[in-house]
Amino acid sequence: MSNIATNAGHAHDDHGHDDHHHDAGETTVFGFWLYLMTDCIIFASLFAVYAVLVGNVAGGPSGHDIFELPYVLGETALLLFSSITYGFAMLAFYKGNKSGVLAWLSVTFLLGAGFIGMEINEFHLLISEGYGPHRSGFLSAFFTLVGTHGLHVTCGLIWMAIMMYQVNQHGLTSTNKTRLSCLSLFWHFLDVVWICVFTVVYLMGTL
Amino acid sequence: MANAHSDGANHGSVKSYATGFILSVILTAIPFWLVMNPILAKSTTLAIVLLTAVIQVVVHLVYFLHLDRSAAQRNNVAALIFSVLVIVLLVGLSLWIMFSIHAEMMAK
Repeated sequence: MSNIATNAGHAHDDHGHDDHHHDAGETTVFGFWLYLMTDCIIFASLFAVYAVLVGNVAGGPSGHDIFELPYVLGETALLLFSSITYGFAMLAFYKGNKSGVLAWLSVTFLLGAGFIGMEINEFHLLISEGYGPHRSGFLSAFFTLVGTHGLHVTCGLIWMAIMMYQVNQHGLTSTNKTRLSCLSLFWHFLDVVWICVFTVVYLMGTL
Repeated sequence: MANAHSDGANHGSVKSYATGFILSVILTAIPFWLVMNPILAKSTTLAIVLLTAVIQVVVHLVYFLHLDRSAAQRNNVAALIFSVLVIVLLVGLSLWIMFSIHAEMMAK
């Protein structure tokens, strides 16, 4: 399909083969960016819900009682490191270094998996202490907001695993470049959302 | 062939990623440290926590998501600005309405 588009473009366009093909990829990445902006609005809604419900502890614990900042700092560090390692994977791609791409994606995957592991552990501890989402409006909003971010990261990890397979099988093709560029936006976007989470939920909750 | 093709878009470099990373570490360390070691007044700490978060979001947008004022990024930036407008209205008005209702209910 893309060959047809490329040939049609070539017939009435001074730009070469690569330019046209590249433009199609750019359009895909822009479309993905628009999706991320709508995803922003989902998170904004969840933040609004959290801000409204944060005081409704129903006699249960408040953020001050259950948040452990050193633990959250650890999660933050894992996610921030994974952002820069994903950046290095993209730089390796532009240099045409396939093994570099695979190595940096693996490191990013492990850091992301570490983040999810820590988050599951945190949720597990809270629920086993009886502080699950059913306990209060505050905890419902907390689990929904932080859990939605965690689900996004989990989806990003599945996508990353698939991309490692794709790069390994098919190499540094322009299709893989488009897909990895979209995943790059997704991954960095999730780090931006996490900044808002640790600020609004954990830091302001402990303050 | 396609990989070596230059399209004028900003893909970043080791230096730009490292700059973004170091700025992010500093902008994360300051609010965490201030909340864990409350040496300042609560309102001052809150202001610094919010300010460092906003700055760090901008740092991520510039150094990791490569948004800038180039023609290639114009549509991305326009979409972002529109989203920010929607988010400010969504969050701001929701909180305004809900806390007004709360205050009214308490008064009666």
